[in-house]
Amino acid sequence: MPTDNTRPILEVRKLQVAYGGIQAVKGIDLQLHKGELVSLIGANGAGKTTTLNTLAGVVPHAGGEILYGGDEIGRLPSHLRLRRGLALVPEGRGIFTRLTVQENLMTGAYTRRDADGVAADMEKVFTLLPRVKERLHQTAGTLSGGEQQMVAIGRALLSRPQVLLLDEPSMGLAPLVVEKIFEVIHAITREGMAVLLVEQNANLALEVSERAYVMDGGRITLSGTGRELLSDPKVRSAYLGEELLAA
Amino acid sequence: MTSTSTTLPRPPGFSLDLRLQQPLLIVLAAAAPLVALAFGASWVRVLDFALLYVLLAIGLNLVVGFAGLLDLGYIAFYAVGAYTWAFLASPHFGIHLPFWIVLPLGAAFAALAGIMLGFPTLRLRGDYLAIVTLGFGEIIRIFMNNLNQPINITNGPQGIDMIDPLTIAGIDLSRNLDLFGMQVPSLVLYYYAFLGAVVLALVLVRRLQISRVGRAWAAIREDELAAKAIGIDTRMMKLLAFALGATFGGVSGGLFAAFQGFVSPESFSLMESIVVLTMIVLGGMGNLAGVVFGAIVLTALPELLRHFAVPLQVALFGKTLLDPEVLRMLLLSLAMILMMLWRPAGLLPARTRYAHREGRKA
Repeated sequence: MPTDNTRPILEVRKLQVAYGGIQAVKGIDLQLHKGELVSLIGANGAGKTTTLNTLAGVVPHAGGEILYGGDEIGRLPSHLRLRRGLALVPEGRGIFTRLTVQENLMTGAYTRRDADGVAADMEKVFTLLPRVKERLHQTAGTLSGGEQQMVAIGRALLSRPQVLLLDEPSMGLAPLVVEKIFEVIHAITREGMAVLLVEQNANLALEVSERAYVMDGGRITLSGTGRELLSDPKVRSAYLGEELLAA
Repeated sequence: MTSTSTTLPRPPGFSLDLRLQQPLLIVLAAAAPLVALAFGASWVRVLDFALLYVLLAIGLNLVVGFAGLLDLGYIAFYAVGAYTWAFLASPHFGIHLPFWIVLPLGAAFAALAGIMLGFPTLRLRGDYLAIVTLGFGEIIRIFMNNLNQPINITNGPQGIDMIDPLTIAGIDLSRNLDLFGMQVPSLVLYYYAFLGAVVLALVLVRRLQISRVGRAWAAIREDELAAKAIGIDTRMMKLLAFALGATFGGVSGGLFAAFQGFVSPESFSLMESIVVLTMIVLGGMGNLAGVVFGAIVLTALPELLRHFAVPLQVALFGKTLLDPEVLRMLLLSLAMILMMLWRPAGLLPARTRYAHREGRKA
């Protein structure tokens, strides 16, 4: 468990994002500590993916601050954020379907020049994701959805990140596969990495997360530990598909 | 054009044994003008032009095939290179600089033009990018057409005449060379000069393709968001693609001006951009061998038509029903449609994976 007195590795203050005139994120605050698994849940269009993409620098922000390791990185382009250790696994995985699994993994090490370190990290990825190793020379597009998600995570790990931004890793996957993916995510945080997870599958996300934020209409409406939110009647009715008994 | 991420493996291109392939190609390339000469000097001229188009196709392939940026105004860079040569090596301004100054300058100006085009279009993709680049190509041509007043810079639609030929090591390529009592025609000399440029371009581009830059381009082409996610500076890499692609256009343009001795805006129409793009699509986008092949085929086709279409029609129908130029466009369109139906990746498709230094593992 992280010590909450230490400085968060990623801190977001009053973050705003706009597409044209439409405000997608309306001033949110969130924190992420080393080794912590935090999830961001909410309905479609709540601004979860936008938040994640903004943190990765793929989408520009319209206001607020993004502090990473104490430095303001809000104006840094995406490739420089990755170099500092902030990696994104985009929604829909974004793997290169025409490349082999191995080639996909190697693209993750694009910014690195330490061949030995990359080789060592590759071995780590293989231990973490044995399925990926089995498929190493297969074209990534021929893999199952779950395997593709593992490749996407493995690729991000090869950039040796400190913070991993995971956008809906469970999308379109069978429950058993999702469970596997979440085991992997858990193992990643045990290594000291911080994971910010965007999920629609609120039940699952809250079960595994230490803390969570609930987003609605571009704002964070609730936050707390996973357990607290799981038992929160508002969350249960809105996101866990449970009717409020007494309305 | 951006992400045609098919999950099915493409059909492999036919492949000869590499050890046999290379010497065969070298002999073929070296002997081609001599064989052509036997059929008449005009065929050597066709070969010369084919090589200039190969150079153009290699450059455009860098932008479209490698980086996946659809550029419909590519001929503008050819124009920039050609006019640079015309300005700096002709009686028009009375300047006569040697080729080793003019050619790099033309390439540099073209690269600059490439960056000028690339910068405002960084966020565009696919159709939108195509429209802007198309407009850019037309703007350059219209500039060349109208910059004859108030100050005469380009001499307008009349073009610039009497341009200095290519002179390498004191040898004027526009004159026949007396080599040990043997007359080597100027057209053959130009052929070997152009061949040298093409070989150099191929070596450079091949190295580029397997470099970090080449891999970054491939990533951008396949999925731009993913490219960003793995830490590629997509802005920089796109600008680099535009600039480097334009460089080849500029060099080709300079050589064209020297070879023709004359440039005018009408050589740089939209149709030319489309023809170069067609060469790439026909040959196999992203695959250098395919691109070279496509350029040669599509330069030779209209010439063959010119020679054979009219006599054939006269023999068959007693009169010319279709003008060779019309027939050329007809066949080109037909070829494109058939290609899209049966071989959408081109005659010699690109390997679907990253180019590797070492052989691929099974």
